[in-house]
Amino acid sequence: MAIETGGSGPPDFRASSTAALRDPQIRANFRRAMDGLMAKRAALFADPAEWQALRALGASIRARSLARLPELLVRLEERCRQNGIAVHWAETTAAANETVLAILRAHGATRLVKGKSMVSEEMHLNDFLAAHGVESLESDLGEYIVQLDGEAPSHIIMPAIHKNVGQIARLLGQKIRDAKYTEDVDELTAIARRVLRQKFEQAEAGLSGVNVAVAETGTLVLIENEGNGRMSTHVPPLHIALMGLEKVVERLEDVPPLLALLTRSATGQTITTYINMISGPRGEGEKDGPREVHLVILDNERSRIFADPELRATLRCIRCGACMNHCPVYGRVGGHAYQTTYPGPIGKILAPQTEGVKRRHDLMHASSLCGACVEVCPVEIPITELLVRLRSEAAHGEPGSPVLEAGQARNRWEDLAWAAWRWLHGSPRAYRLVSRLLARCAWLPPPRIGPLRAWTSVRTAPRPARRTLHELARARGVRDA
Amino acid sequence: MAERREESRPRAVYFYGTCLVDLFFPAAGMAGIELLRREGLEVVFPQGQTCCGQPPFNCGHSAAALAVARAQIALFPQPWPVVVPSGSCAAMMKRHYPELFAGEPDHPAAEAFAARVYELTQFLVGVLGVQLDDKSQRSQRSKASQLGQREQRGQRGQGGQPVRVTWHSSCHALRELGVREEPLALLGQLANVELAPLARERECCGFGGTFSIRFPEISAAMVADKAADVTATGASELLSGDCGCLLNIAGHLARQGSPVRARHIAEFLLERTGGD
Repeated sequence: MAIETGGSGPPDFRASSTAALRDPQIRANFRRAMDGLMAKRAALFADPAEWQALRALGASIRARSLARLPELLVRLEERCRQNGIAVHWAETTAAANETVLAILRAHGATRLVKGKSMVSEEMHLNDFLAAHGVESLESDLGEYIVQLDGEAPSHIIMPAIHKNVGQIARLLGQKIRDAKYTEDVDELTAIARRVLRQKFEQAEAGLSGVNVAVAETGTLVLIENEGNGRMSTHVPPLHIALMGLEKVVERLEDVPPLLALLTRSATGQTITTYINMISGPRGEGEKDGPREVHLVILDNERSRIFADPELRATLRCIRCGACMNHCPVYGRVGGHAYQTTYPGPIGKILAPQTEGVKRRHDLMHASSLCGACVEVCPVEIPITELLVRLRSEAAHGEPGSPVLEAGQARNRWEDLAWAAWRWLHGSPRAYRLVSRLLARCAWLPPPRIGPLRAWTSVRTAPRPARRTLHELARARGVRDA
Repeated sequence: MAERREESRPRAVYFYGTCLVDLFFPAAGMAGIELLRREGLEVVFPQGQTCCGQPPFNCGHSAAALAVARAQIALFPQPWPVVVPSGSCAAMMKRHYPELFAGEPDHPAAEAFAARVYELTQFLVGVLGVQLDDKSQRSQRSKASQLGQREQRGQRGQGGQPVRVTWHSSCHALRELGVREEPLALLGQLANVELAPLARERECCGFGGTFSIRFPEISAAMVADKAADVTATGASELLSGDCGCLLNIAGHLARQGSPVRARHIAEFLLERTGGD
């Protein structure tokens, strides 16, 4: 949960999305940004055959890695330790926070500079560290902007995408001492850079995420465009890397196809400006790099997802954000409305599994199942199918189900409505009688109650025709069975 | 082209009307039936049919969906194609019946049924290879042309009244069935029909069945954008192959007092080619 909803009440997507729809700035900012991202991606996947082949390869690499996940994680740990990287396991975000804090305290570190890490957002690490006297500063420009404004990221790749240049200019003008107001993007970047350079030099520790971890070599792959990732992982004497346990692949040769899919899908780039392959701390006689490297591997319900062979596909995700860029719901309500670390379509299948299908029930139903996300997913996650599966688990999950809060979103009225639906549509005579009756009543003004009231808020009520197709077909001599 | 396909051409087909067509767009259903009959096929419409089961399936109530789907399959025993004037319902039967019936004793029967399902335009183009002749002029329509006899469709290419239309593909036709070119190919055969594409033709209209009821505000924002896109094309008609999308977009256009007429492609094709 990225945004606190005030008190301990559950997140409410219905309320937050309705509020977001009323903010014309959100819609305009997202529409423009998403249009640009979709066009850039499409230009790089112009050849359908190449796209199909590459995504099939990406999906197979991720599926193969997941099929052997426990074994690969053990091997990753061994190789990392051989490389001098200390490996820590955390079952919960709370445990991960404590682990990070313990490492920092062991080094007397109170100033941490961070590269981009969605796992750290999952942990609410910044707030946790601040409460324990550690300054945790975001160095990715977008993350820096949202941190300055006391916000959470609204997109997993472009955290400040909900803001336009004017909003960012005002923010930096207010929050940074001696910064003059400017809407020139290069000048704005220079202002942030000036602040961050100093922080990189002062920080006693750096923190980063991990895009891919390679089991056979114990290598942590980190891609970025701003150089802040390299600064965070190489300048301070201590580097802590955070990863979700699903990010491991078997071999080094698995990396290039995944990176090719990731950068093209995410930002429409064939390659990022920086590709960091971190294989350990500074060696004997080397002149740079951290003295110590720690890897914290987070579970946070991932092993629960892993346990179900169908839902496991959720863990293939390489966090490119293409699903949100193409989602007609995300593009209209923006990322904050989801109240999740990962918004958009991937969040709609992930959050119910990590937080519970009852708690995030509304989120699972907030999809027209249009499938735009499935079409662009570089690792072929069947997002709409998994949504339908989770909806079913929420309403009818048995006690033995691996899904969190399975069966707890059961609604007696809904069950009754579907039982009536089933009876009517399973009884041809009754169905024909009712549909004929509705057709005969087509002249009556439609009652504005229940579902029709919501429907008619922006549409005319649908009116039945005077005669059903069943009647017309019979009248015109179309053969029955 | 038609000759080449003659061998695989079936003698008879089943027509699956769908519940939305049955109640709200029966003329579209009859137009679909006429388009098939005109190609010399016997069309069978089992009167016991109701709904494909997609609404409860999508909502996670698969037991209700399974019971009704099983009752539908039983109504189509002959090995004939099942033609559906809806991409969404066809996708439910073709793509989702096999998963719905997974582990059930009649899974093989569901798979065999799914293999026989076609969306209407997919069938007209892919199996029948129909060639349409644009000759509709409402004022000149004769009784003979209403019958739509093949031999009377001479003088190809003259065309009817010039009209500009736009096309909305349902997401399920597009993404679950891969039906995109077929309806465009049919419209392209009509000499005086100008197709003005939507700027965002792949974007969902916001219907999504119960989604439009559960999240009316989000659905409203989506359909408003779609209606604006339709209006911007300058088309006088919006055509689609899915009645859910049509109910949604047409309802919004009507609420705005838009003069754009929204209807099912089958009705339009039949009218333009001299049927009624």
